[in-house]
Amino acid sequence: MSASATSSGPARTLLVLGGLALACAALFMLIEVNGPWDFVLPFRGRKVATALLVGYAVAVSTVLFQTVTGNRVLTPAIMGFDYLYVLIQTCLVFLLGSTAVAGLDPRLLFGAEVAIMVAFSTLLHGWLFGVARGSVHLLLLTGVVMGVLFRSLSSFIQRVIDPNEFVFLQDRFFASFNNPEHELLLLSAGLTLGVSVLGLRLLRTCDVLVLGREAAINLGVDYERTVSWVLALVAILVAVSTALVGPVTFLGLLVANLAYAVMRTHKHAFVLPAAALVAAIALVAGQLVLERVFRLDTSPRVIIEFVGGAVFIAMLMRKATR
Amino acid sequence: MIEAEKVTRRYGETVVVDGVTLRLPVGGITSIIGPNGAGKSTLLSMVSRVLPMSSGAVRVDGLDVTTTPGDVLARRLAILRQDNHITARLTVRDLVTFGRYPHSRGRPTVQDREHVERAIEHMGLGPLAGRFLDELSGGQRQRAFVAMVLCQDTDHVLLDEPLNGLDLKHAVSMMRQLRHAADTLGKSFVLVLHDINFASCYSDHIVAMREGKVAFQGRPEDIMRPDVLRAIYELDISVQQIDGDWIATHYR
Repeated sequence: MSASATSSGPARTLLVLGGLALACAALFMLIEVNGPWDFVLPFRGRKVATALLVGYAVAVSTVLFQTVTGNRVLTPAIMGFDYLYVLIQTCLVFLLGSTAVAGLDPRLLFGAEVAIMVAFSTLLHGWLFGVARGSVHLLLLTGVVMGVLFRSLSSFIQRVIDPNEFVFLQDRFFASFNNPEHELLLLSAGLTLGVSVLGLRLLRTCDVLVLGREAAINLGVDYERTVSWVLALVAILVAVSTALVGPVTFLGLLVANLAYAVMRTHKHAFVLPAAALVAAIALVAGQLVLERVFRLDTSPRVIIEFVGGAVFIAMLMRKATR
Repeated sequence: MIEAEKVTRRYGETVVVDGVTLRLPVGGITSIIGPNGAGKSTLLSMVSRVLPMSSGAVRVDGLDVTTTPGDVLARRLAILRQDNHITARLTVRDLVTFGRYPHSRGRPTVQDREHVERAIEHMGLGPLAGRFLDELSGGQRQRAFVAMVLCQDTDHVLLDEPLNGLDLKHAVSMMRQLRHAADTLGKSFVLVLHDINFASCYSDHIVAMREGKVAFQGRPEDIMRPDVLRAIYELDISVQQIDGDWIATHYR
């Protein structure tokens, strides 16, 4: 069993996944074109770009989060990251009103939201390494409680808010690939690219994190700093995906576990792109089915949560029987 | 040389390790023995910077473990703790390759791969190298983890109960391999052991801990005496010399 034999397997799988993703994107762009090409192509291209970006953000953030927590049924959603975003939006509309929020510079708004989310995650692990003495379980428990808090606060405010404002909010949170704002898309793409380049040097360190805290420290990893960086990356990526299409809880769980299953390696250099490609395929193909088969009668979130929920239950059942 | 100075660990009011000052000799095998809750594993964790100290200082070859960068220490000192749980599916070879991380930063060279294969052979894992960890027995997994730590190729190797889950044959072969590595490669091993007869037969130096403090230390023949063992374990233990080794019988 030589080195090339062990690494060509995952590389080939990546190529296949890449091909599939390309095919899905091409199919989505090119079938049933009933209008002028110079309108249809950019219009659909933007949807595909959104799907790719969201898929990447959700997949990478979930895999990294699972690496740090050493648990494969968790997603950043459990830390309340996505509902923090919802809460921020809800508070804004509640305080300023929908017309004012719609009038705000989206770049400024997005920047502020990302900053708040990163600050929140920094606060959480500052606490983690101080009071909780590095216990990831305590961090998670706090995250779950915070998540519930954010969710209840948002739904409370949404109940007392003007119904018209509520419709405005709901429109923003319901996962949809149909109305990506051009500015937001560009900004998100830039931000994602930026943090990915920064995160590249953590790639091999992340492999070591899989061994757990003590073994990672033994191998010379600066554990606290690495985990803080990774969680900040996760916060930014979750902000990107939630800003673009709203909370997509189960998509990450789904694609991360599919990626582990098809790649059969622990190396993030393979797992991360695989998860991103699986997510891209799922989103583009899902959107294709949604538009051409269901004629836009349902939301992609319904499908994602349905399939994701089923997979989640299947995983739990399998763990329970083992 | 590993030096601990007034090392203390508290959890709230409870003192688990109480002002331990210790100089561990260079080369050879040092065993730490003592009853449950004596603070053996906690001391080992603090020496290897996995657990922060409440107070005190530890120096490894003159380097303070709390201030020296982790990657510098990782090339001098390796530790294996009990209860290693991994969620990812790794093969034995993947795991052992991690031992080279401090040297190769995750890009193993040809020499690194030779180190890995040698460590796998050493621990008798050759036929299992391609197997996934969750397909192995507890003892085989334990040997794989020890192989990873040996592969790190550090001067100091700290093992917390390395014989955990090993059958007689593999326990003996593990101790022989450690003895061999200590004698031929000049490495220093510090082991937490529960089997005092293994400690007696294979160690150069034994440290006996009790209630967070070092109760006794010395050569095996100094520790393997009924009065000393009684003070450590609160148990009447008779000691016999068999083929030049001091053997305690404590089964009745």
